[in-house]
Amino acid sequence: MAELITTPNLPDPDGFYEELLAAHDGLSKAESDALNARLILLLANHIGDRRALSQALTAARRVGSEAGSKAP
Amino acid sequence: MGRIFETALYPYSRSPDQDAATPARHRVVIVGAGPVGLAAAIDLATQGIEVVVLDENDRVSWGSRAICFAKRPLEILDRLGAGQRMVDKGVLWNLGKVFFGDRQVYDFNLLPEAGHRRPAFINLQQYHFENLLCERLFELQAKGAPVELRGGNRVASVTEQEFGMELEVETPQGSYRLQADWVIACDGAGSPVRKMMGLDFVGRVFEDNFLIADVVMDGDFPTERWFWFDPPFNRGQSALLHKQPDGVWRIDLQLGWNIDREAAVKPENVIPRLREMLGDEVKFELEWVSVYTFQCRRMEKFRHGRVIFAGDSAHQVSPFGARGANSGLQDVDNLCWKLALVAEGKAPESLLDSYDAERVQGAEENILNSTRSTDFITPKTEVSRLFRDAVLDLSEAHEFARPLVNSGRLSVPCIHDASALNGPDALPGAPARTRPGAPCADAPLGAGFLLDRLGNDFVLLTIDAEAPERIEAGPIAARRLALRTADDATGALAARYLGGAGQGVYLIRPDQIVAARWAGFEQTAVQAALRRATGGE
Ligand SMILES: Cc1cc2nc3c(=O)[nH]c(=O)nc-3n(C[C@H](O)[C@H](O)[C@H](O)COP(=O)(O)OP(=O)(O)OC[C@H]3O[C@@H](n4cnc5c(N)ncnc54)[C@H](O)[C@@H]3O)c2cc1C
Repeated sequence: MAELITTPNLPDPDGFYEELLAAHDGLSKAESDALNARLILLLANHIGDRRALSQALTAARRVGSEAGSKAP
Repeated sequence: MGRIFETALYPYSRSPDQDAATPARHRVVIVGAGPVGLAAAIDLATQGIEVVVLDENDRVSWGSRAICFAKRPLEILDRLGAGQRMVDKGVLWNLGKVFFGDRQVYDFNLLPEAGHRRPAFINLQQYHFENLLCERLFELQAKGAPVELRGGNRVASVTEQEFGMELEVETPQGSYRLQADWVIACDGAGSPVRKMMGLDFVGRVFEDNFLIADVVMDGDFPTERWFWFDPPFNRGQSALLHKQPDGVWRIDLQLGWNIDREAAVKPENVIPRLREMLGDEVKFELEWVSVYTFQCRRMEKFRHGRVIFAGDSAHQVSPFGARGANSGLQDVDNLCWKLALVAEGKAPESLLDSYDAERVQGAEENILNSTRSTDFITPKTEVSRLFRDAVLDLSEAHEFARPLVNSGRLSVPCIHDASALNGPDALPGAPARTRPGAPCADAPLGAGFLLDRLGNDFVLLTIDAEAPERIEAGPIAARRLALRTADDATGALAARYLGGAGQGVYLIRPDQIVAARWAGFEQTAVQAALRRATGGE
């Protein structure tokens, strides 16, 4: 099982970011939330690595720079 | 002819015990003649252990209860001589459909592995199930097995004495006392015995109500399991349609938490709901309608000295995944051979602690699975509903999302990897599915099946290996079952028990669980494993 990559790994960061926002264009808050949920599930399946996913969940629960601190 | 659930199958009749000058003493007293108590009585009686079953009632269970019985419990029932009649009466199904909103998102086939005597599941009303168990019990009784079933006998107290347990039993003709070496409390989720002993039963209540209806109809719905999330006829909630024998269909409708439970079961409220679901043309009649809330909880320990809890008295789960009666039967399977050995002085009492360890493990697994199903079916927070709906949405176009859809997981037996009874796993190359602690996988054997040749005593299964016909360790004996891959026409036996190994020797417990396995027979190793599997060192 792989470690979660937390160093830059996206070839085209600005382009990806733009595309991510564009995917939400014209959606209501509820529709956007639903899209995000579907997106997370699609990506999780693509990653398919339970260890990397657990690490991602832990990392996502942290706010700001509190690296190493416990999630709330 | 009256209907089964209205017939007194074991009406109260006066027992000589009621007129005894001093309380009569019995080997084992079982409190409760539900599916679990009846199965335990049959198991013990089959092994020649004298047993009396007491139930306050005198008939099968009332109302909508268990309908799905899984493969492993059916195999256990085969060992008890009651499997075939269940399968003959039951409905076989393999296909399921999942609906989300007003559309079908996908369908599935359970596709059971070939080469097993029993299917993944049958559907059968609990009242038929109990009736068929009673039938088996009376059969054994007629053949002289030491078993008695007393209706109209309510256990009012259970107290520990120096010699064992004493019970006070109330009957229509007053109360009497009974003594027992061992008591098995199979008195259901509300277990009066558990309460009398002041024992805890803790867990989680799901804040939801379900309307459960059994309807008789001629509608030409196929023999499939249909599950709806958020259907038009029950917005924001879930629904289930499943076939039972005799043209009876089980319908579950989630109702939510803050509802008027009394109003919900009134026919004038139920019928329009069902009409909407089934369509206007379908003719149906209500057999039962009730509202349930579900919980997942268990006792901390299932054995308390000479009182042993089994079935719903020990653990309770929500019905998603059909784990209630199914796991109760596995309790019985696990307990009875151990209790028989202990009662006959052939094994130390500590053997019963392995029942506790192994079945607590089973209960934990069942509670985990049915809690997860319940959380998926009835999301309780905004975000859990968000993800649940996202999974369902994706499941239509994307296969990957279907394993995430959880409308109840197939009940499969657990593997007791950490059991103190396990001996060596010393057969290199053999498949993991038949490792020590696992229930034996079935396989075709000539005109029959492997599991028909296992159980009730210890078996030394040899595949292309030599061994004596009988091996003993103190009072415990194992009989040999000698098989050859040359006779294994389908190759299933070799695939399930040898894998890459050329030959193998398996020690198998009376409950068909693998105790140990080796590449060849070695007397002292097998004897040590036999001692270990029966609570010795
Ligand atoms: C809606 C619903 C659907 C279900 N679906 C499934 C399913 O599909 N598959 C499945 O495996 N399980 C299912 N279950 C669970 C299943 O019904 C139970 O797990 C099962 O009945 C437990 O059996 P038991 O013998 O432990 O207890 P019970 O069936 O509750 O029997 C207890 C017995 O003890 C007797 N008793 C109680 N107190 C005393 C006393 N003081 N003295 C003498 N006798 C006493 C009672 O009369 C009763 O006969 C479902 C349950 C519900 C409610």
